[in-house]
Amino acid sequence: MINKIYPSTAAALADVADGSTVMIGGFGTAGLPDELIQALIDQGARDLVVVNNNAGNGDTGLAALLAAGRVRKIICSFPRQADSHHFDGLYRSGRIELELVPQGNLAERIRAAGAGIGAFFTPTGYGTELAKGKETREIGGRHYVLEYPIHADYALIKAERGDRWGNLTYRMTARNFGPIMAAAARTTVASVHEVVAVGELDPEAVVTPGLYVQRVVPIARTASKAGGFKKAM
Amino acid sequence: MAKRVAQDIPDGAVVNLGIGLPTLVANHLPADREVILHSENGIIGMGPAPAAGEEDYDLINAGKQPVTLLPGGCFFHHADSFAMMRGGHVDVCVLGAFQVSAEGDLANWHTGAPDAIPAVGGAMDLAIGAKQTYVMMEHLTKSGESKLVPECSYPLTGIGCVRRVYTDLAVIDLTVHGAVVREMVTELDFQELQRLTAIPLLRRV
Repeated sequence: MINKIYPSTAAALADVADGSTVMIGGFGTAGLPDELIQALIDQGARDLVVVNNNAGNGDTGLAALLAAGRVRKIICSFPRQADSHHFDGLYRSGRIELELVPQGNLAERIRAAGAGIGAFFTPTGYGTELAKGKETREIGGRHYVLEYPIHADYALIKAERGDRWGNLTYRMTARNFGPIMAAAARTTVASVHEVVAVGELDPEAVVTPGLYVQRVVPIARTASKAGGFKKAM
Repeated sequence: MAKRVAQDIPDGAVVNLGIGLPTLVANHLPADREVILHSENGIIGMGPAPAAGEEDYDLINAGKQPVTLLPGGCFFHHADSFAMMRGGHVDVCVLGAFQVSAEGDLANWHTGAPDAIPAVGGAMDLAIGAKQTYVMMEHLTKSGESKLVPECSYPLTGIGCVRRVYTDLAVIDLTVHGAVVREMVTELDFQELQRLTAIPLLRRV
């Protein structure tokens, strides 16, 4: 019998090794799997490469993981936020490496990894600093930049409902990077607020099919907190 | 400015409004037009901010502020959201800017200051993805320099992507023939507008 349900976040993350690449879902605080990040902090793995859209908010979750000095490098699109002081400090003192990626390229690189694509040409970023040194090509009169997939050892994502096969549904904009990260990682750990019996999720409404998910951890429902407001330009 | 931009958004358009000034355009969309707002974090049919006390931080916009979903709206993941932009499925995108060049180059993500923490978000995807990219910005910097420039000195967001610029002084189309002034505020004459603008302007014929 397939049973991907894990009893605790600690059990689900026990084997994360030092140096792992860990994708973490979420856009700001929506969809950020706080409980899984806390478990990763408690677990102790170091020298991590983290992939997330942002670089932590406030003093908890991803910001706490950064503050604990456990992240060697972060791959993200928007580290600078009103409440990203932990990242700011690490970055300014040269204690964290930043790979800044335009958000759509970040999403597509993650998607490509999950879809078995070797690389792709994207128009985004052509002619800018973020494409410096990258291979380019003109196709049909338009300029493109070659971008490579981002694979991960683990993806930590937050879903809404799930079953023991790993089928998942999400809640509103908390979906964001969850489905593509699930496909891009060797081991995907999803927290869900409700575990349902196999067959109970509407098959037309399953967003992430279970084959992309290796571990499901039930977490009591807590409302996402505010955070990560972008400063108006 | 926001009101003026809103007038040019046609009925039925799918629109992405950048953070900052462009967000205000939503407040001025004429009531008789059905305009669908796209948000980079996975919403089509985004509605206004919820009433106080009804905020749900699983339903936020690109600026991470709580919003609502209109009937007919839906959610999708990030790769789909950016495929919509890159794939040319979004009709209009309205962005803020530090500088726009005569050729339509856009600089809006980074001042290039050595101590600044770079953050790009979806700006580069938005700039080149939508069918029409409009910029909404003050005509002049705080120190009185033209933000329309022969060449951007700030790091670029996209090349040749801006079609039209709305400023507090004028509406200017960037065309293959040059920068054409479509409209200007009544207090200003063309010579005065040209004096304030660092690129050659053409009168609309």
